[in-house]
Amino acid sequence: MTTILDAVEVPTPKRPWNKKRQTFIRSAILMSISLVFSWLLSSTTELGGVLGFYLGLAVCLPVVVLIESIRHGRNVAIDRVASSVILAMFGVVVIPWISIVTTVYQKGSKAFYWGYLTTDMRFTASGESLEFGGALHAIVGTLVMVLIASLISVPLGITAAIYIVEIKGRFASSVRFFTQAMSGVPSIVAGLFIYSTICIFFGGFSAWAGALAYTILMLPTVARTSEEVLKLVPDELRAASYALGASQARTVFQVVLPTIATGLVTSAILGIARVAGETAPLLLTASYFVATSRNLNEPIASLPIYIFSNLGLGDANATTRAWGGSLVLLIVVFVLFSVARGLSARLSRK
Amino acid sequence: MIQDDLVPQHRKLVSSYTLVDRIFRRVITTGGLFSLVILGLIGAFLLYRGFEIFSDFGFSFITGEVWNIGDPMDTSTAVLGIGAMLMGSVITSVIAIVIAVPCAIAVALFIEYYSPKRLRLILTAVLDLVAAIPSVIFGIWGYAVLLPIIEDWSVPLERWLDFIPIFSVPSGIFGRSPFLAGVLLALMVIPIVTSVAREVYSQAPRDLIDASYALGGTRWGAIRNVVIPFGRSGLVGGAMLGLGRALGETVAVYLTLNLVFDINFRILGSAGGNVASLIATKFGEATEYELKALMAAGLVLFLVTLLVNFMASFIVNRSRKIL
Repeated sequence: MTTILDAVEVPTPKRPWNKKRQTFIRSAILMSISLVFSWLLSSTTELGGVLGFYLGLAVCLPVVVLIESIRHGRNVAIDRVASSVILAMFGVVVIPWISIVTTVYQKGSKAFYWGYLTTDMRFTASGESLEFGGALHAIVGTLVMVLIASLISVPLGITAAIYIVEIKGRFASSVRFFTQAMSGVPSIVAGLFIYSTICIFFGGFSAWAGALAYTILMLPTVARTSEEVLKLVPDELRAASYALGASQARTVFQVVLPTIATGLVTSAILGIARVAGETAPLLLTASYFVATSRNLNEPIASLPIYIFSNLGLGDANATTRAWGGSLVLLIVVFVLFSVARGLSARLSRK
Repeated sequence: MIQDDLVPQHRKLVSSYTLVDRIFRRVITTGGLFSLVILGLIGAFLLYRGFEIFSDFGFSFITGEVWNIGDPMDTSTAVLGIGAMLMGSVITSVIAIVIAVPCAIAVALFIEYYSPKRLRLILTAVLDLVAAIPSVIFGIWGYAVLLPIIEDWSVPLERWLDFIPIFSVPSGIFGRSPFLAGVLLALMVIPIVTSVAREVYSQAPRDLIDASYALGGTRWGAIRNVVIPFGRSGLVGGAMLGLGRALGETVAVYLTLNLVFDINFRILGSAGGNVASLIATKFGEATEYELKALMAAGLVLFLVTLLVNFMASFIVNRSRKIL
């Protein structure tokens, strides 16, 4: 047996789809040539700076690739140039995103000291040294308004989703359509609407008005995500519940909703993340207040307005405070999103 | 006889809902219709508050370029028109879409067809995350980082492209220009358009792509002839969604564009505005009459974005149905 096997020459498996070493070396050479060219371009012309360098690279890379690959024929050349263009454009888009996060981190961290999150601006002017004052009032204000908005919009959003998926009423498709359209309402229009009703009737800016403006913006997000989640519930569950003699109300509340509890939490978090950074509606509804607020009928601070008003002062320390607020806001939004994503991943595994 | 007993009688089937269910359905229906009611109320209240303006100025409120309250005591001296701002909204949004759509196509194709699987999962998560960055942060970044760069670049751009009217700047003042606002809006819109495009591209029929490879086609050949035609209508819908977002953006435009009441087609020059930033700017010190005009401007903005969004969701829904 062994002799026969030894006699047969087993061919080593070839994997033509794996990238060859040559390909790798070739792309490395092309890349370095374009790097040199774009460096030359950015240092000789006025389109300078780091961004100019990258944009130059985005232009040089396809050109270099084209010159190299033209000897392989038209189709191959087009394919390679297309790949390099796509890669270059991807890079051009991603660089500003990275720049946003790193700039906010670099400039924002300068505003931080041990009391930044525990003091407000009651006794501090925005231009004062950065060892005094903080963003507590803004954080508290955002939390309060987001909480009130969630208490209203989460039940309403889930109700709309139940109407579309479970009841399938006469207006189901139009509710769905208008909820989609509502998510495109400009945030400043929502603010203007609340101002024209609540603020004019009850006289002036208040935390309530800000929370209601948030509600309008949050509702469509919650409704749409809950709808997607409700659709995940298998029909067998509903059928089993009906077969046991349960009413529809009972089926929804004791079978369908508990099954997707995590999904509903996710939809609420996504709604919060959507509104937490909204500035425009609060300018018209909640305005700004320098102390930590205790009265919901008064104007209240919030992180976006804290950033906005500090930026408007033009003072160096105030601008740094604005960056500090941006860092807090960015962290809040990113954490909310990560939590929502983690929860929905757990749900889909179930 | 015995067999007759064994054959079960037909049960009486009840198809009407019990009392509990009828109440439940009524309550849920009321709640479900709430979003329709809110949309209607927004339109109705803004129309109610701004009606005086529409009856005073008529169509010239939409086309007029002047915003002058005149004598604060005498409303008949006021001349108010949002033509310049409306045009500014359109110009900045068009710049944004022209930049954003090719970039979004490239990023979506890169994520779906060029990146390895692990990177693809990371990038889809990053895309969601970037879409969630608040507009005020885009605004402060655009003001602090992008403004100096665009200002530097506008000078050579103007010198080289002077012969094209939209790039010439007779005033010589660059900086907070519609071009800057447009680039910033493009960055905000790219994640939205990309995630729609990526979703559509990922559903392109695998067998057609494989067939294209089997005929000896290249990767670009498959993308050009299968993926892109397949995703065309979805992409149009995504672009419309992005357009709606760009039209209604307030803070980012407020921070990066000088509000000037003049229709400005010279996109590198430092003048412009949009309807949303007009409202944010004038709101603070508005007289009662001007406030009504702002409500009317808000109504116009509301109707325009609603129209764009209706069209977008119509197109996106239709392309989903085909899939």
